[in-house]
Order: sequence, then structure tokens, then C-alpha cells
Amino acid sequence: MNGVLRFCVCGVGVRAPGVTNWPGAQSVLRAETGYRFEPMVKPNPDMLPAAERRRSSESVRLAIEVAQQAVSAAGVDPARLASVFAASDSDGRIIHDICEALAQQERHVSPTAFHNSVHNAPAGYWSIATGCHAASTSLSAYDLSFAAGLIEAATQVVADERDVLLVACDLPLPPPLHALRPIDQPFAAAFVLVPAPGRPDMPAWELTIAPPHASQADTSDAPECLRNNPAARSWPLLVSLARGPAGAALVRFAYFDNQTLVLKRTS
Amino acid sequence: MQPLILSALATANPVGLGLPALAEALVNGRSGLRYNDFERADLDTWIGRVDGLEDEPVATALAEFDCRNNRLAQLGLHQDGFVSAVADARRRYGEHRVAVLIGTSTSGIFETELGYQARDPVDGSLPPTLRLRFSHNILSVAEFVRRTLGLRGPTVAVSTACSSSAKVFASAERYIRSGLCDAAVVGGVDSLCLTTLHGFSSLQLTSSQPCRPFDAARSGISIGEAAGFALLEKSGAGDVMLMGYGESSDAYHMSSPHPEGEGALLAMREALQRAQLAPVDLDYINLHGTATPANDRTEERAVLRLFGDHAQTAPCSSTKGWTGHTLGAAGMIEAIVCALCLRLGLIPGTLNTVTVDPEFRARIVLTPEQRPLRHALSNSFGFGGSNCSLVFGRAS
Repeated sequence: MNGVLRFCVCGVGVRAPGVTNWPGAQSVLRAETGYRFEPMVKPNPDMLPAAERRRSSESVRLAIEVAQQAVSAAGVDPARLASVFAASDSDGRIIHDICEALAQQERHVSPTAFHNSVHNAPAGYWSIATGCHAASTSLSAYDLSFAAGLIEAATQVVADERDVLLVACDLPLPPPLHALRPIDQPFAAAFVLVPAPGRPDMPAWELTIAPPHASQADTSDAPECLRNNPAARSWPLLVSLARGPAGAALVRFAYFDNQTLVLKRTS
Repeated sequence: MQPLILSALATANPVGLGLPALAEALVNGRSGLRYNDFERADLDTWIGRVDGLEDEPVATALAEFDCRNNRLAQLGLHQDGFVSAVADARRRYGEHRVAVLIGTSTSGIFETELGYQARDPVDGSLPPTLRLRFSHNILSVAEFVRRTLGLRGPTVAVSTACSSSAKVFASAERYIRSGLCDAAVVGGVDSLCLTTLHGFSSLQLTSSQPCRPFDAARSGISIGEAAGFALLEKSGAGDVMLMGYGESSDAYHMSSPHPEGEGALLAMREALQRAQLAPVDLDYINLHGTATPANDRTEERAVLRLFGDHAQTAPCSSTKGWTGHTLGAAGMIEAIVCALCLRLGLIPGTLNTVTVDPEFRARIVLTPEQRPLRHALSNSFGFGGSNCSLVFGRAS
């Protein structure tokens, strides 16, 4: 293996303001209709047992919503699926509540808030919801978290020849954190990646990392109001997948130090 | 799998700075734990604290990254000749061919906690000096390590609670095997903060005494802080190698382990399978062994299941009594402990533990034993049911 990571995409999920799911996102992604902002439909994924849904945070429910969409579309058994969860920050509301509690004289941290504060909370709830014992990795690379997640998921597909669920999910942080990390709207997307060659109807991709300044990141950016959400950096891939063979054959993401993560469509 | 050489190691942890201090402490049974003296010291518990972080800011060129967690990372990086070993690898492979993967659970959250104590009384805003990206954000420590070492390879921060810095070995192996890079700096850095101290306390998981893993009277964890790093290469000089890893999910509960140790067992089995070893090939198991009643009970159960319920297990111990539970750094610190044990022919005991829980049948070692070791396994388990086991061996 020479640093070219080959995989196919066989299921997609997406949820954001004005975008409820993958089928519903098609016309916007194909630019057949303009994007129209609407407050996000609150995720309420039925795969998550009611008790866990009550205990979980908004970021958990949003991540699981898109994961559920993607595995349903892919027709794969989520109980056997390895997963990668990419998010820049852990749940901001939970972090805020904990930091606020810790600033009081009596420092009372809620036990539930504490276990929900871990960066891998969405992964934990997902494994409980699906009864999945497979490996799961939760990671961050700040604004480059989606690119880092794609690399982690693709290396798992290639190195271990297994199907991998990739979820990218970021939510606005509440004030006063928001002023220091302005993310204005929630965004989540999920992809089921499988080893190439997949079925003929599955788009196949080659992932490489291009050296500094050798390539430019795509400009087919998400709508303006979603653009400062790190997970929305997956937008150009969603656009290409929605447009099918007519879509862009090259999808490029900004990576560290002016490097570019390049996805080349091969079928 | 093709083993990877650990060609350089470095650590800063509660027993001291560098590998020699850790080796000496393991041999002599010298603990790094102390009664809680962190911040307002308002919890009745013991901690593993690294001295001097308050007085040692990060290098001027990276001043924007200054926070307790990155100070700890810096202190760790500058031990054991690690920086020059990485510089050598950078020259041999090129700066873009060495990856950086760091595990952390809370990164620089401590500075945000302090910021919340100093909010503007009028508008509630946080101090303008607080820069989340360079302190609190999970990536901060990985970016800090990358910049300190002058590396430009693939970089990521893995954050799966207390398995974080075991899992970086797994991801790094896949990066190297798939050709994304030729070598990788893997690390674990987690520092003391109020969120984990008061969070674990709220779950009644912190002990008011130094932690006693597997003791009949064990009563919870002692939280520690540490930084540890390893340089992984396909070949090269080094007497210890990564032979296998296994990752699994409990799919059971966010903060309680699976009662039968299901996920732990799956992780250990996969690690042995990748290493092409059988349980009997293990000469030592460094247990996660946090000293909570539930962790130790379920981990012991998983080890027994691995060896077959009636079989004698390999010698097992937990080294949390030396360092405390260093959370996101635990996987890396205990990988380094395993490397030292393989190098020294040492099976460490289980510090502070007096009477092993009579319910346990695994071979829990209380006092150190000297004998040549070939293979050692290390367990790391975290909230969310995230498990990772690593197998290390002596390089021939």
C-alpha cells in the first residue's frame, strides 16, 4: 500500500438547518433548488432506546440521527460496523454546564453530565443503541476534523478490509464559549465506507494527501450560514455524491500546513 | 501483523521525569501519589501530580499554546532524548512522512475552568486571554507536539476517554501499513483539572486513600496526570516492538463496564490474534486496574475468560498505584511500563494493595518479580465502553 486509500461510499446521512435527510438534500446539493435556511428539525433517532435518548445530549442525538440514516441507506448491519466519530469540540452545552458548576463555591458536577462530557459520548451511545462491539474511534482535528475522520476511516477500510461508519458532527457552543469558538449552526453528516471495488452502483474513491500548495481546497462550500461548522466541510463530498457520475471527479479538502486531502472519483 | 519498533520513548509522570525515574520507582515500589493539593484542594482524595508545571511555560515560539496540558506535553517531550530521536527520523523520512497521533481526554480544559471563575461580572464573557483553539480544544495538544517536533505528517487527536492513548497505537499502525506515513509519533497527555476530579467524585469513583487495585478493600481511583510518547517505525534500533492491538466497544453503559468483561475480552483476543500469539505466550499483563470495585471485578473476569475459566493466568498487575489513573495518558504510560518491564525482565507488583480480593482467581502479583519476559499485554478501558489492548514483545 502506497498511501493511496481506495474505498466506496454506500450510504449517506445528513442533518442541518434546512436539510433533514439525504434524499431531501438532493435538490439543494445538485443546485436544482436554492438552499433555504430553516431551523434544524430536532433529531430524535428511534434507534436510541428511550432511556438513553433522555440521558443523552443534543450532539449525541444529532450524531446518531445521521448514523442511523447512513446505515439504513447502506443496508449494512450496524451491530458489526466499526465506526469513526469526528468532531472539533465535545458537547458545548455539557462543557458549559460543568464549567459553570465548577465556578461555584459548592462544586456539584452532575454525574450524567460528566459521562456525557467525554468526546466519545456519541460513539458510546451509538454502540449501546446498536449492540455493536466493534472498534470505534472518536477524534478531533479542530477545523480539519472531517478530513482527519476521513483519513482514519479510510485507513481502517484499507488496512483491515472492513466496512466503517464515519460520522462528522459539530454543534454551536453556547455563550460565553461561542464568542471564542464561533460555530453558528449545527451540522452532521455520516457515510458508510466499504472496501473497493464495491458494487457497481457504488461510487469509488481514491484518497491521497497532496503536498503544500500542490492543490487547492474546493470552493463548492456549504451555504454561508453553515460554513463555520467544521462538520460542514464535508459539503463538497455530499455535492459530488448527490450529482453522481456527473459530479466533480475531484473533491479536495484543506489539511494541515496548506496540504490538501484529495478524493479522486474512479467510478 | 508486521511488528513496529518503538525506537524512542519519553515520559513525564507523577513518579518523576524520564524513563530511569519510572524504572527505579517500579523496582523500588516508590509511589508518585500524594494527598490532593491541586487548586483549591477541596476533595478528600489522592492524586498523581507532576511538579513544576506552574513555573514552566511552553516555548516562546509556541506561546499561544500555553496551558497546563501543553506544558506537561513539553516536559514529556524533552525527556529521554526523544526530540533528537524524532529529529533523526524526520531527516531520514522527511517531515511529511512522520505522523503525529496524540490521545487525550480533556486536553486543556483546565484553562477554561479557570476562565469560568473569572467571567466578566457585567456581560458574563470569558477572559479575552482564553484561546480555546490552543488550549481546550482536543487537537491543541497534538498540534503543539507536531509544532514542537517540526513534523508535518498526518496529525490527529484521539479522544476516547481512558483508552485514548492506547488507541493511537492502532491508528498509527494503520497509517503506516496503508502507506500514509513511514513513522509515527504517538503519545498520551492528560493533566489534572476540576472536571475529572469532581466528575469522578460525583460518580463516587475517587478514593480517599491511595488507590489499591484488586484489593478486597479497594475504594476507587486516584487521578493522575502524565505525558508519554513513543516513536514507531517499521524497522530500526529498539529493543521493544508493538506486536498487536485490539479495539472493541462494550455496548453496555456509558460509565460502567460490561459485567462479564465482554468488550475487554474482545479487545485482548483481537490483540493476541494480530500478534499471532496465544494467551499462554503472555509473560505479563499490565491491567487497566483502576481500583474501582466494578472495573477490577469485570477486568479480572475478562482475563479469566481469556485464559479459560479454570486455567492459571499470566502474572497480572496494575501500576496505577505508582502514577494514579492518568486517564487519556494511561494507555501510553502503561505501554512505556510494559516496554521497561520487557527491557528489565521485571514484573511489577501492585502498589498499595495488601489483600487481593478473595473472589479473584487471576494471578495478581503484589510484589515485583525478576525474570526474562518475551511478551506483555496492556489493557486500557474508557467511558463509553471504549476498550483497547496492546501486545508488546522484545525485539530480537
